[in-house]
Amino acid sequence: MHRFANPNRFLKLANAILPWAAGATVILLLAGLYFSLVASPEDYQQGATVRIMYVHVPAAWMALFVYTAMAVASAVALIWKHPVSDLFAKAASPVGAAFTFIALATGAFWGKPMWGTWWVWDARLTSMLILFFLYLGHMALMNAFDDPQRGFRAAAVLALVGVVNVPIIKFSVDWWNTLHQPASVVRMDGPAIDPAMMTPLLLMAFAFKAYFVTVVLLRMRGEIAEAKVRAISMSQVHG
Amino acid sequence: MTRKKRRLYFVGAGMLALFAGAALVLTAFQDNLVFFYSPSDLQAKQVSADQRFRLGGMVEEGTVEKQGDTVRFKVTDYAASTPVTFTGILPDLFREGQGVVAEGKIGSDGVFVASEVLAKHDENYMPPEVADALARQDPAWKEKLGRSVEGVEPAKATN
Amino acid sequence: MQDFFDMGGYAGFVWPSYGIAAVVLALLFVFTWRLLKTSERRLAQLQAARGRRPRRDRAGDAPAAAAPHETAPAEPADAAGEMR
Repeated sequence: MHRFANPNRFLKLANAILPWAAGATVILLLAGLYFSLVASPEDYQQGATVRIMYVHVPAAWMALFVYTAMAVASAVALIWKHPVSDLFAKAASPVGAAFTFIALATGAFWGKPMWGTWWVWDARLTSMLILFFLYLGHMALMNAFDDPQRGFRAAAVLALVGVVNVPIIKFSVDWWNTLHQPASVVRMDGPAIDPAMMTPLLLMAFAFKAYFVTVVLLRMRGEIAEAKVRAISMSQVHG
Repeated sequence: MTRKKRRLYFVGAGMLALFAGAALVLTAFQDNLVFFYSPSDLQAKQVSADQRFRLGGMVEEGTVEKQGDTVRFKVTDYAASTPVTFTGILPDLFREGQGVVAEGKIGSDGVFVASEVLAKHDENYMPPEVADALARQDPAWKEKLGRSVEGVEPAKATN
Repeated sequence: MQDFFDMGGYAGFVWPSYGIAAVVLALLFVFTWRLLKTSERRLAQLQAARGRRPRRDRAGDAPAAAAPHETAPAEPADAAGEMR
C-alpha cells in the first residue's frame, strides 16, 4: 500500500487498469441491461416492476460500498497521511452521491406502484437520505477551503463520523419495523431471489462496480493533474 | 510512541466512541423510531382516539368487504386483529394475505379509520411458474415464507 | 414488442427508473471527462511554458517530462504529502 502513496506510481497503475475497467463496464452494462429488460421473468407478485430492482439494488449496494471505501481511505489518510488516499476520497464521493441519488429515485418509482407511495420516513429510506446528505457534505468540505489539505482533513473526519450510518442502513430493516422489506440477498438463510433474477442483478452490480472503478480512476487522474497545476502556479508566483 | 501510532489510536478510539454513542442513542429512541404498531401492540398500548399512527400487519383472509369506494378489512398479526375502514385508492398489491401498513386513527369503537393504506411486500422474488408450483404443493406456502410481519410467526395452514 | 414497452402497465415507472440512472451516470462520466481533459491540458501548457529547466526533484513530478525523475530517491510518505 505504501508503494502507491506516491502519486506518480499510482498514476502508472491507474493508466494500466483504466482500459480494462472501461471495457468491463461497457460489456457488463450491455449484458446486464439485456438480462434485466429482456431475458428475465416478471415477478409472481410485483410483475414487471421487479425490473426496477436491477437498477435500484445495485445502486444502493454501491452507495454503501463507496462510502465504506471512502471511510477506510479517510482513516488511512488521517493516520498514514497518504496523499493518494485523500485523492481517492475526493474522487469517490461524487460517484457515491450519484449512486445514492439513483437508489432513492428508482426506489420512489418502485414504491409508488407497489407500496402506494413515493416516500415514507421509515428507518431504511430515512437513513439512505442521510447518506446522500453525508456525501454532499463531504463534497462541500473538500472544496470549502483555499488550502486543499484542510479540505482533505475536514472531509476525512466527516467520512469517518458518518460511517456509523452504514450498518444502520443495512440493519434498519431488521432493527426497526419498516415499510421497506428485509434483505433478499445478503441474509442468514441465503438469497430469497430466484436464480433467473439473480443473473441480471449480479450483472448490473458488477457493471456498476466497473463503472465506479473507471470513473474514480479518471477523477483521480484529474485531481493529480489539478494538484500539479496548482503546485506549478504557486511556485511561479513565489519565484 | 510515534506520531503515526498516536494518530492510529486516536482514530480507533474515536470510532469506538462514535459507534457506542450511536448505539446508545438509537436504543434510547427505540420507541420514537417505531414506524407502525401491530394489532398486538395496539392491545398492549392504550392509544388515545385522536392520535395519528400507523397500523401494520397482514390483511386477514376472508375479511375484505368493498362497499362502493369504502373498503373494510381486518389487520392481523396472527395473535390479535384490528378492524379497519378506508375510503380511497388501494395499492395494486392490496389483497388478502398481503402485508399492509395503514395510517390513521382508532375510533372509540375500536375500528381503525385509515387515511392511507400502503401495501407491504416480502423479500421473496420468483417467476410466476415457480410460485404456482409452490402453491400446488402447499396452498399456504406464502404465509410460511420469510417474515412479513416483524417478530411474528405466520399461522400454519393446517388448523 | 409492445408488451416490452408496456412493462405490464408499469411503463411509467420502469422506464423513468432506467432513464434516471442512465442520465445520472452519463452526466457524471461527461463531467469527469471534462474535468480530466481541462486539467491535463492546463498542466501540459504550464509544463511547456516552463520548458525543460531541470528542477530539484520531488516525488510529485510530471511523468510526461523527460526529466530523470526515475533515478531520484523515493521520498518518505510524509513529505510526499506536499505535491510540489
